[in-house]
Amino acid sequence: MERSILHADCNKFYASVECLHRPEIRSKPVIVGGDEDLRHGIVLTKNEIASKFGIKTAEPIWQARQKCPDLVVVKPNYPLYLRFSALTREIYADYTDQIEPFGLDECWLDVTGSGIFGNGMTIAEEIRRRVKFELGITVSIGVSYNKIFAKLGSDYKKPDAVTQITKRNFKDIVWPLPAQNLLYVGRSTAARFRSCGIFTIGDIALCTPEYLHMLLGKTGYMYHVFANGLDNEPVSKMGNKAVVKSIGNSSTAPRDLENEQDVKVLMYVLGESVARRMREQGFCCKTVCITVRDNALLRIERQGKLPAYSADTGEITKKAMELFRKNYNWRRPVRSIGISCTDFEQEDFPAQLDLYGCAQRRAKAQRLDKTVDELKERFGNFCVQRGLMLTDRGLSGFNPYSENVIHPIGYFKPQ
Amino acid sequence: MARKVYVDVLIKQDREGRITPLSITWEDGRVYEIDKITRVCNAASLKAGGAGIRYTCVIRNKETFLFLEDNKWFVESKT
Repeated sequence: MERSILHADCNKFYASVECLHRPEIRSKPVIVGGDEDLRHGIVLTKNEIASKFGIKTAEPIWQARQKCPDLVVVKPNYPLYLRFSALTREIYADYTDQIEPFGLDECWLDVTGSGIFGNGMTIAEEIRRRVKFELGITVSIGVSYNKIFAKLGSDYKKPDAVTQITKRNFKDIVWPLPAQNLLYVGRSTAARFRSCGIFTIGDIALCTPEYLHMLLGKTGYMYHVFANGLDNEPVSKMGNKAVVKSIGNSSTAPRDLENEQDVKVLMYVLGESVARRMREQGFCCKTVCITVRDNALLRIERQGKLPAYSADTGEITKKAMELFRKNYNWRRPVRSIGISCTDFEQEDFPAQLDLYGCAQRRAKAQRLDKTVDELKERFGNFCVQRGLMLTDRGLSGFNPYSENVIHPIGYFKPQ
Repeated sequence: MARKVYVDVLIKQDREGRITPLSITWEDGRVYEIDKITRVCNAASLKAGGAGIRYTCVIRNKETFLFLEDNKWFVESKT
C-alpha cells in the first residue's frame, strides 16, 4: 500500500511567533537574533519583510543592519517557541500518532492509516488551516509517499501552502530542483556533484548507484535512493526517543579567551553541565571530544579516550584540557569552546577494576558529584561552585545546563 | 490594532473539569457579567497578539472574545 506522508514546516518559526505576540512590529522587518553583547549576535530567523532586504539566516546582526537600518531585532524567547512547537504537535496528534519531529519547527506525519479524516491532501489542508486559525502562524506542508519527497514538498511553496508530490508528478516537480535541495546534500557534496556535471536532483537520480558510490562512498547509494523516491524510512511514533549517542555543550565566550586560565574556566562550566546531564541519564562515557574555534572562526575538533568509563566532572574536564593543551597552538585567541562525550555505557555496568584503587577514588568522586547535583537541583545551579569559577565571573556566570536547547538531530536513527 | 489586557476572571469548574467563565473584572475594577458563551475553540488573537482557548462571550448584548492563554486570561481591548 502506498504510504501517505506529510512534512509540516512552520514558516520562519521564531519570527512568526514573535510577530504574532507583538502586533506593532508585524509590518516591519524583524529578525530574531542572539545577544550581541555576549557575542552571540547572529540572525536566527527573519520575517518575510526582512528577507526582502536580502538578510540571511546566520549572518551577523551588524551586517543585517547595514542592509536594513530600520531592522527590529528581537531577542529569542525559547520557552515561548517550545510552547508553540508543542501546540503544533497537539494539532498533528489529532490525525496520527506517527509524528517524528525534526527540530522544533518541522515534523513528519504518517497519515496512511488516518483515512477517517480523508486522504493526505485533505488532512494537510485541514492542518494548514487549523494552525493558522488556532496558533496565528503559518505552515507549509509537503504530501508524498516518502519522507524525502514530503520534505521537498514543504520547501517547494511557502508560506501557508500545500504541495503534493506523487509517483506520477515527481519527475516534473522534484527532478528539476537543484541538487543542493536534497536532504544531506551540503555545500561540499554539491560542489563534488557540480564538478561531475550533476546539477539537479534529476541528474543524481539518473546516475547509477555504482557511479554515485564511486563518487561519494556509501552515501552515494543513499542519494540514489533519495533522488528516485525509493526511500522507505518509517515515520517514528510520537514519544519514541532516539537512543542518545552523545551529550555535549558548547558556548561562545563573552570575550576572547587569551590564556589557558580563561579556557579552563569555560571548560569547567561546560564540563560540569555535560557530566551532570550524563549522570542524569545514568550514563558514563569513554570518549571525550572538544571543539575549539579561534577568533578567525577556524575550528578544530579533537577527541581522546579516558582510561576507564566515567561520569566524573573532574576527570572529563581534565581530559578536555589535556586535549586542548596538546592540540591548540595559541596562534590566535579562542572564541568558542565545546565539550561532548560519547561511547556510553550504563553507570552500573560491570567495570574492570585495577590494583591501585583508582576505581575506589572514582566512586568517591562520583558520590560527591551526585551530591552536588542534588544540591543544584534543589537550590539552583550557582549554589555550589568550584573556586575556579570565582576567578572570572564574566566567563563562568552562565548556565549551559538549563539553557541547553536541543537542535535537529540526524535523519537516520541509530540501529 | 488592539491592546492585550489581562483580566481577573471568576470561573466555575464542574466535576468533569470543565471551566465556565462567569464574570470579568476590568483593569479599573469594573465587573462585567458574562451573559452567555456562544462558542469555545482554540484560536489565535491576531489583534492583541497571543493564542489559546477562545471563549466567545456575550456581555451586555455585545460579543467579546475572552482568551485563556496558558493560565492567564486576556481580552482584546479596542482602546
